[in-house]
Amino acid sequence: MAQYAWVIPALPLLSWLIITLWQKRLPDRGSYVGISFTFLAFVYALGVLWEVAHGAGAHVVLPWAVIGTISPIQINIGFQVDGLTAIMLSVVTFISFLVQLYSLGYMHGDKRYGRYYGTLSFFTFSMLGLVLADNLITLFIFFELVGVASYLLIGHYFERPSAQKAAIKAFITTRIGDVGFFIGILILWSATGTVAFDKLAALIGEGAVAPWVITLGALGILGGAVGKSAQFPLHVWLPDAMEGPTPVSALIHAATMVAAGVYLVARSYMIFYASPQALFWVALIGAVTALFAATIATVQTDMKKVLAYSTISQLGYMILGLGVGNLTAGMFHLTTHAFFKALLFLTAGSVIHGTETQEMHQMGGLIKKMPITGVTFLAGGLALAGIWPFAGFYSKDEILLTAYNSQYPIFFWMGILAAFLTAYYTTRVAFLVFFGEPRDHHRYEHAHESPWMMTVPLVILGILAVIGGKLLLTGEFFPHLILWQPAEELSPNPLVMGLALGSGLLGILVGYLVYGTKLVNRQAVIKALYPLYQLFKHKWYVDELYDWAIVRPVLWLAEAAGWVDAHGVDGVVNAVGAAGVALSSGAGAFDLAVVDGAVNGVAAGTVAVGRATRRTETGQLQAYLLTLALVVVAGLIVFQVMGG
Amino acid sequence: MPVLTLLIVVPLLGLLAILVTPKDRAGAHRKITLVATFIPILIVVYMLFTFNYHQPGMQFVEQYNWIPSIGVSYFVGVDGISLALLVLSALLGFLAALASASIKTREKEYYAWYMLLQAAVFGVFVSLDLILFYVFFELVLVPMYFLIGIWGGPRREYAALKFFIYTLLGSVIMLVGILAMYLADPAHTFNILELMKFPFDPRLQVWAFAALWAGFAVKVPVFPLHTWLPDAHVEAPTPISVLLAGILLKMGTYGFVRIAYPLLPQGAKHWAYAVAILGLINIVYGALVAMSQKDLKKMVAYSSINHMGFVMLGLAAGTPLAVAGAIYQMIAHGLSSGMMFLMVGQIYDRTHTREIARLRGLFTSVPVIGVTLAFASLASMGLPGLAGFIAELFVLLGSYSVYPGFVILAVLGLVVTAAFILRMMRAVLMGEEKEEYRGLHDATRLDLATVVPLIVLLALWGVMPGTLFAMFNTALQQFITHMAGV
Repeated sequence: MAQYAWVIPALPLLSWLIITLWQKRLPDRGSYVGISFTFLAFVYALGVLWEVAHGAGAHVVLPWAVIGTISPIQINIGFQVDGLTAIMLSVVTFISFLVQLYSLGYMHGDKRYGRYYGTLSFFTFSMLGLVLADNLITLFIFFELVGVASYLLIGHYFERPSAQKAAIKAFITTRIGDVGFFIGILILWSATGTVAFDKLAALIGEGAVAPWVITLGALGILGGAVGKSAQFPLHVWLPDAMEGPTPVSALIHAATMVAAGVYLVARSYMIFYASPQALFWVALIGAVTALFAATIATVQTDMKKVLAYSTISQLGYMILGLGVGNLTAGMFHLTTHAFFKALLFLTAGSVIHGTETQEMHQMGGLIKKMPITGVTFLAGGLALAGIWPFAGFYSKDEILLTAYNSQYPIFFWMGILAAFLTAYYTTRVAFLVFFGEPRDHHRYEHAHESPWMMTVPLVILGILAVIGGKLLLTGEFFPHLILWQPAEELSPNPLVMGLALGSGLLGILVGYLVYGTKLVNRQAVIKALYPLYQLFKHKWYVDELYDWAIVRPVLWLAEAAGWVDAHGVDGVVNAVGAAGVALSSGAGAFDLAVVDGAVNGVAAGTVAVGRATRRTETGQLQAYLLTLALVVVAGLIVFQVMGG
Repeated sequence: MPVLTLLIVVPLLGLLAILVTPKDRAGAHRKITLVATFIPILIVVYMLFTFNYHQPGMQFVEQYNWIPSIGVSYFVGVDGISLALLVLSALLGFLAALASASIKTREKEYYAWYMLLQAAVFGVFVSLDLILFYVFFELVLVPMYFLIGIWGGPRREYAALKFFIYTLLGSVIMLVGILAMYLADPAHTFNILELMKFPFDPRLQVWAFAALWAGFAVKVPVFPLHTWLPDAHVEAPTPISVLLAGILLKMGTYGFVRIAYPLLPQGAKHWAYAVAILGLINIVYGALVAMSQKDLKKMVAYSSINHMGFVMLGLAAGTPLAVAGAIYQMIAHGLSSGMMFLMVGQIYDRTHTREIARLRGLFTSVPVIGVTLAFASLASMGLPGLAGFIAELFVLLGSYSVYPGFVILAVLGLVVTAAFILRMMRAVLMGEEKEEYRGLHDATRLDLATVVPLIVLLALWGVMPGTLFAMFNTALQQFITHMAGV
């Protein structure tokens, strides 16, 4: 099966084409086509996963372009199937299937329903292509294509100016990251002449690549990862991307696409692993992002925004895991996070569906009205908070353990602090939304549990959020699937585990004290920590900084260039023209004299050439004919110029 | 079979047929044009099937004495590079004729000039004699001048005149370069293939290259010789904008590849750095100026300046990948800019405005046109999976080892490109539907017929670049070998 793994992206590609071309004639605008094709892809992906777990693999290479014939340069495309690929294929098709099923209910009655399903299929296709890529260029191509799908889906409600802005911001910000990625490709290509992962690994293994090339190439690629995975300092687009429909936030902006950056680093890990400097930057960015985004999440009042910052923070953990050298842990966290964060977003969607608001201060007590949503949210929340035995505990613990044993224990402490904040803001959401007294009685009265196609995915993901971590570790399944060579056994450290768990429990306790009881006065706390509160509330003023330091200067530069072009460059042209007209009216026929003179000069020159080189008698006539033709053309031209 | 002569003669026969058809025969001139632009497609398809892609040198060659006394001959032939441009010219020539339905005034004259233009364009891409080339090159100007000047917008006369004077000046300078080579070569020939063999004096090469290059640069157009282009585009009727951007600009870059570079390789080497800088300016400055435009058509025009910068950068770098990318860009840009102008025309037909600020919500008002414009915009942005990306990828991959700094700046320019295209899409396509645009009729079958072939080729050559590279790979190798040999 692995040999034919291209079938997995081909299915959603086909579904995209079918829906795009015939959505008006299909039942329910083609939603069933999307769902069933994605389901088939999921089944096939599971088959591949099973095979790979039993030692199979595949690598197919096709020539894409051949340049030159003497020493031809060949650029290939291809796909490869190994443990990393197989896991991602399964995760992507699985979440994509559940989200499409869920969308049957959530998007019901949307006026661009067909387009929505088509674009989801296109996204799934691109994401699967990205996962299968066996070289940097193919990966880059799909990397940009998932960006387009994301752009289209963020802008789904394109009547809203905020959605339009968010769509553009997402595309441009990630493209800034892709500039780095592209430059990384250029550096590696020009030094090694290949972009294929296996060849790069071999060359690096032989020591045939200069260390600075490896470091710069890795840092370039990291740029792409930082953009796509919304890491500091390119994280600004992801919270805004919540303008898209909530199932899209679950699939693209939580579980899969934003993890593409992490996957990119994992896929090119042989480059990163060969450069301690590059790994240091990976770890630094991951740790900073994990902590930084968690601080912002603590003060958001929009339910989806909390989850968005939480996603950024969790992606930071994954990047941190990779940065401290533990590929397996990073990917493990990616997988469990895909389950519980998709779940959290889908429960948020269910809440929004039921209450028609995203503001948590208008919610409260909803667990009574929406029991399935509420209970599954709690499962996802506990997994996010890293509480034993929920899925997130295992993966986060693994990352923290590696960070603790790394050269830079500071990253470990940052992770612990972020874990505390994570548990705190998750508890905050739980109490604001599901417990306590309803704050908006009108909305509360109208709230209702969602239909089955929405709750079934919640239950499935809820179960995985509870047992997913343990399940994947059964029989060392996951670690064996994604094995990174040195894999020195890290013995479980009770201190690390205790700190990780303790910080989580402490976060829950503080959250409970503030939001579950009235023991702590919130206003007093805000007052006491007012500068910090303002800083978090304004997202550390990063958006303002970028607007001031980048967006405005570029717009200003464009206006200036436009002005220069119209008044400077073209102004000179027009001034010359005007001077000519002025001269011609004064001294008479300047144009005629100059332009005609020039043309006549050329004609005369041609005649002279004709004479000078005349050899045969017969050629003479033809030389004159040519001259004549040129003069006629020139005369015609001058005539038109004057007449025009 | 004299295939290439046929290619030039068929539009001329069309011209003749139009001239003898009375003015009042409504629709007849259009039909003749459609036939006379479709037959070249068949001829080119025939050539695609009979062309030997592995054989170096020119094929379908025809050579007759014309003015033997000064060594001028009617000498035509194609290699893979010209063949690719013939594919583009034949296709766009037909599609733009299809899109000419909106021309309602002085139809007979319009189609007559159109046929002359088409014949001259084919002539340019098959000529292997400098004088023949020059005649066709100049001949293109005349119909173009009238097509803009008569059927254009309000400022058509200014624009046509500007276009004319600019390119004429360029041509005169170019002619000086041509004559210099003719006089310097002891064989006194205008035969391009013969001239390629002669090692011209390096000093002559330096200034003759500059002269030839300047002549072609006006057409491309290269900063700062570009200001005719936005005006010409804004005023020209839609089909003429398509040909202008799709084909005429390529005459400039084709001139680089066919004449300036191979005839004067040392001159090319001497100026490479300067050309690369100008290419970079085209890329970055073109994108920035495009961003500031208020007129949709003008924005597309400036985006052409941006795209053509990649051709210059690739040629300046001169590595196989970079040159391959430069040639690829000629075709890719022909397709994508042609499509962009068709879309702008379709929108203008319905809304009667091209002002970006006045357009809104076309995704809702005219969904099919909206999606097609989105496709064209993404193609123009160089989205992976579409042809423009391949061109830019190869130019950048190939140029990095030669001009790393320029390439990094050019890659940054890609962000600006994305920004102005997305801003335009936001303003034009997104947002609430405008009251006055409710009920506008969406794309007609004719509208779709003009763009679907472009969509197919942009996707095909974006996904399977090998199919286009293979067309000119042998010619590319010859170019590289020739340039390296000096």
